[in-house]
Amino acid sequence: MLVRVLRTFLGPYKVWLTIVVALQLLATLSALYLPTLNADIIDKGVSKGDTGYILATGGWMLLISLLQILCAICAAYFSAKAAMSAGRDIRRALFNRVGTFSARELARFGAPSLITRNTNDVQQVQMLVVLSCTLMVAAPITVVGGIIMAVHQEARLSWLVAVSLPVLTLVIGLVVWRMVPQFRAMQAKLDGINRVLREQITGVRVVRAFVREPVEEARFDVANRSLADTSLRAGRWAALLFPVVMLVVNATLVALLWLSGHYIDSGTMQVGEITAFMSYLMQILMSVLMASFMVVMIPRAAVCAERIIEVLDTHTSVEPPLTPITELPTHAQVEFRGVSYAYPGAAASVLSEISLTARAGTVTGIIGSTGSGKTTLISLIPRLFDATEGAVLVDGINVRELEPELLWGRIGLVPQKAYLFSGTIASNLRYGNPEATDEDLWAALDVAQATEFVVTLPDGLQAPIAQGGTNVSGGQRQRLAIARALVRKPEIYLFDDSFSALDMGTDARLRAALKPATRDATVIVVAQRVSTIRDADQIIVLDRGDTRADGGVAGGGGAIVGVGTHDELRLTCPAYAEIVTSQLSAEEAA
Amino acid sequence: MSENGATPDRVSAGSTGGTGPAKRIQGAENRRGPGGGPPWMGAAMPAEKSMNFWPSARRLLRTMRPERIKLYVVLVLALGSVTMSVLGPIFLGKATDAIFAGVMGKLFPAGLSLSAAVDQVRGRGDSTYAEVLAHSGAVPGHGIDFGHLGVVLLCAIGVYFGGSLLSWVQGYLLNGIVQNAIRRLRTDVEEKIHRLPLPYFDRQQRGELLSRVTNDIDNIQQTLSQTMSQLLVALLTVVGVLVMMFTLSWVLALIALVAVPVSMLVTKFVAKRSQSKFIQQWRNTGQLNGQIEEAFTGLELVKVFGRQKEIQASFDTKNQELYEASFGAQFVSGTIMPLMMFIGNLNYVAVAVVGGLRVASGAMSLGDVQAFIQYSRQFTQPLTQVASMANVLQSGVASAERVFDLLDAEEQLPDPVSPARPVQMRGRVEFENVSFRYVPDQPLIEDLSLVAEPGHTIAIVGHTGAGKTTLVNLVMRFYEIDAGRITLDGVDIRDMARADLRGEIGMVLQDTWLFGGTIRDNIGYGRPSGGAPGSEGVAAGGATEEEILAAAKAAYVDGFVQALPNGYDTVIDEESSNFSAGQKQLMTIARAFLAQPSLLILDEATSSVDTRTEVQVQHAMAALRSNRTSFVIAHRLSTIRDADLILVMDAGRIVEQGTHTELLAAHGAYFELYNSQFSAAIEEDVVA
Repeated sequence: MLVRVLRTFLGPYKVWLTIVVALQLLATLSALYLPTLNADIIDKGVSKGDTGYILATGGWMLLISLLQILCAICAAYFSAKAAMSAGRDIRRALFNRVGTFSARELARFGAPSLITRNTNDVQQVQMLVVLSCTLMVAAPITVVGGIIMAVHQEARLSWLVAVSLPVLTLVIGLVVWRMVPQFRAMQAKLDGINRVLREQITGVRVVRAFVREPVEEARFDVANRSLADTSLRAGRWAALLFPVVMLVVNATLVALLWLSGHYIDSGTMQVGEITAFMSYLMQILMSVLMASFMVVMIPRAAVCAERIIEVLDTHTSVEPPLTPITELPTHAQVEFRGVSYAYPGAAASVLSEISLTARAGTVTGIIGSTGSGKTTLISLIPRLFDATEGAVLVDGINVRELEPELLWGRIGLVPQKAYLFSGTIASNLRYGNPEATDEDLWAALDVAQATEFVVTLPDGLQAPIAQGGTNVSGGQRQRLAIARALVRKPEIYLFDDSFSALDMGTDARLRAALKPATRDATVIVVAQRVSTIRDADQIIVLDRGDTRADGGVAGGGGAIVGVGTHDELRLTCPAYAEIVTSQLSAEEAA
Repeated sequence: MSENGATPDRVSAGSTGGTGPAKRIQGAENRRGPGGGPPWMGAAMPAEKSMNFWPSARRLLRTMRPERIKLYVVLVLALGSVTMSVLGPIFLGKATDAIFAGVMGKLFPAGLSLSAAVDQVRGRGDSTYAEVLAHSGAVPGHGIDFGHLGVVLLCAIGVYFGGSLLSWVQGYLLNGIVQNAIRRLRTDVEEKIHRLPLPYFDRQQRGELLSRVTNDIDNIQQTLSQTMSQLLVALLTVVGVLVMMFTLSWVLALIALVAVPVSMLVTKFVAKRSQSKFIQQWRNTGQLNGQIEEAFTGLELVKVFGRQKEIQASFDTKNQELYEASFGAQFVSGTIMPLMMFIGNLNYVAVAVVGGLRVASGAMSLGDVQAFIQYSRQFTQPLTQVASMANVLQSGVASAERVFDLLDAEEQLPDPVSPARPVQMRGRVEFENVSFRYVPDQPLIEDLSLVAEPGHTIAIVGHTGAGKTTLVNLVMRFYEIDAGRITLDGVDIRDMARADLRGEIGMVLQDTWLFGGTIRDNIGYGRPSGGAPGSEGVAAGGATEEEILAAAKAAYVDGFVQALPNGYDTVIDEESSNFSAGQKQLMTIARAFLAQPSLLILDEATSSVDTRTEVQVQHAMAALRSNRTSFVIAHRLSTIRDADLILVMDAGRIVEQGTHTELLAAHGAYFELYNSQFSAAIEEDVVA
């Protein structure tokens, strides 16, 4: 997985990486040359007190050293550039991929996990690239060079290398192998921290209202301890690595001396060779040690790469068509043909066998019991989900065959939860139509009955909006969400229970103002209140399979139990009549 | 300031004049962000904040204070392992000497004394060789003494093994210390979140806040684990080697010592530049995290409103900024190693030159100079390490500052030291001349007084934005009032502990909030002060299965839950996308049922519930409301007609109060409101 991530995202920066390799090669060779000069200074200069030689060689050494650092600095430049560019590209790829996800994929990963993957996981991969750029060239060259020199020096001793290198590899491999599962758990637990905290911030009012701070602290503590324990275990393995590697390196040196003693004693080896062989051996083993620093980063980066790939390999369940239809007749008619929807893996369907037609210039009201699938029904039109059976058509064309942008361009959605983005009132209103003029915005606010409160704000249209719209009241939020859809001037309006936080007076005025504003459009309104939809050209009554029979226990999904106008349904549809009656108590008293 | 009615006005008038221009400037700053970015960025984060490295680093170290005894142990262990690692080469040197002695010994016939052999050599005129031989400890005629060599090498192995062991134990302990400190830091942040005033969350982007706990604390952890151990060992090695160098030659030692200030200068030079980049890197990470969080939260809207391209564009901008900052940070800190290596080589040449001169002048022996040169290598290597660690620390401290910023954010007023409690909880709530505004120059609630008698149901009606929810927020003490006071059974709620106050109040909010857990846990959340939470079903608190079931039945949750394959064990997913808004509202109502509070607040509790279910839930709620003071906010006036008192609010003031019949008879604001709501209904003849 890690290899795949690196190959994919470092591919475009091959040139830079090649430069890094070349520079590192030069730097490493200079570094290897320096000890020879060192020796020369001592042997030919210091020992003979030849200051001139010392100065000359010293100058030469500084020159080489200068070359080395220049190469190293340039290499640092290009490796940082390549690594960070790759990181940036991975983040972009992840963000864009998640952008195509439907609610189903979003729920599968969970937003907190997707967020961690998009920042923290990428960070780990990025750091590994930086580190390997510094070490991946120097370490192998030094090892190979060291081995050649060592074998050349004394072939009989080179089996020491042949033993200690595999031992080192084995030790490092073992530690890495033990660390991988820890890091896998660790990234998941970081998601957990993210999730609990995100919930706490979102639900801060509820937490405080119910005085649940101690419970929340305990809940966080569980996640926190669990993360700390995993980090602790991973850290313990990492703590083991360095001492063990050092021990192997040093034991090799000791063995070297013992063996050399025997060879020298038998007269087959010179004393001077010990020092030379020792320095080559040190060179080899130190490179391995250096590499082990990089190696400790691999497990985490590998796990992160897996998590990144997992997202990148996930395709949305709402697939865009291969050969999309890119044109639509202007009159936007919405039609459901035998549509059913079930959550994946769920036995019962949320909607079953829905057929209806909503024509341009008409209003279709949808009413029904809690959980009868009203929101789901509306969500099928902009393909927030895809119907599991049947087809949803816009202008006679299956929405699955339409180009998504074209489809969405026709739709103005006011979701049940009036979510606003951080920014200003104006930036939110222009959300669906960046070109809208201030006049357009005010016109939409007028219809949405929001002008009244926007003008009282000191900054008017530029008044700041907090994330989610938490700094305005529920009713204001809903009206801004309605205005946002109006600014878009779409052909299909989808109002999902969008008047619930409005008082009835505002509701009535808003509906009155909406009528001319949406005259030519196809309007579909989900509502709880009969008054909201009583004027609709047609009302669809949804009900869960057996709700009416036993007052609530429902097995099947929502199905249409009545279609017609208010007056027709009151007489013909018992479910509708019940809804009407339930809302009468107030009116009766008037 | 509540005594004098005129004062607040004057104060507010003055402050309006004062903050006006400042606000405008801030507004101008806000609009500078790309794509009309979040307006609070300017306010929450002062531009180009420079780092207080040392104070912050010290504070970071202080997080490990509770384990300082362990830390001392680590120090001693590090000292031990450094000593061992210095001893190791000495044994190896002895081993070389032993081999050398054997080689030398073989060159001379047995029976010859060493001094005789030395004389022999000196006689040949090779004085250097003679010197070496004299100190070799060779026994003429004897080859390598393997017994002796074996002992020396065993000692070496022993020392190395001991060193590794100590270093492992030290690493093991340090890992524990760091992880514990990091865990405490995360706990501190989490606990802080519960102490922050609510307005803080209105200003702060959620993802930005989250990034401080995930990305920044994670970075601190990695920094500490990477640097602590190495820094310790490197510093000790520097000191140890320096001591050895001074024992050999103080002149050369002083020359080598020059490397220290030079390294410090270079480190400072580089760190200063990397510092600002690291600050940018982590700030940008936070902001990007904020953008990502918001985009993923509102993903459906982004799509349906065709906003993907814009969102992508603003993501790309921020992503590019993060790239630039992290590239800069990485590159600048990447230069430190080569620079330090250069200093090392410079130092080396200087020592060689001066050493050579001293050998020439006979002031030092060749062997000593050679040893010295070895030490000077050993000296610059840890120095390089210290320098690069100092640089890594820049990144960690930049993150730490972001965490400390959050920890230092102004908190809500602390609870009184000796909190008051009503002698007898009856549920009488009184507002006395209460004034409150969210934004200083935007009056909301002005001089409001009202009384809620025990057991009464108080309905609050009025147009959206009239301040109804605000009133509730004030009773809960989510926000602090600017003037006047609110009392519960005669006790000013500011004199009570928040937990005591809120523990008496059950609340169902307009916005449902469920957490990723089972339905049972979510309903059980309402039971106050449950037993010690375990790891399983931690949120369920003290509620029994029967109580949860009863609450679920009363709130009509039981119906749809029974139909689920897993019933009450069904997990509400993180986005709670598997339940309808109405179902979620019912679950939050069940939660309040379970709480059995003395005071009940229902803010549009059933707005997404279908009216047939609502009628039934209302029934249950009426039972819950009896003998409890309740505040009810509802747009469906049907739900509030029976209220004991109806407050009609407009623009933050109570314009009318009374019962339904009284208010209708008064033909005032309520009458108008009522008519505007129902005239349509009556005209349209809903009544069969």
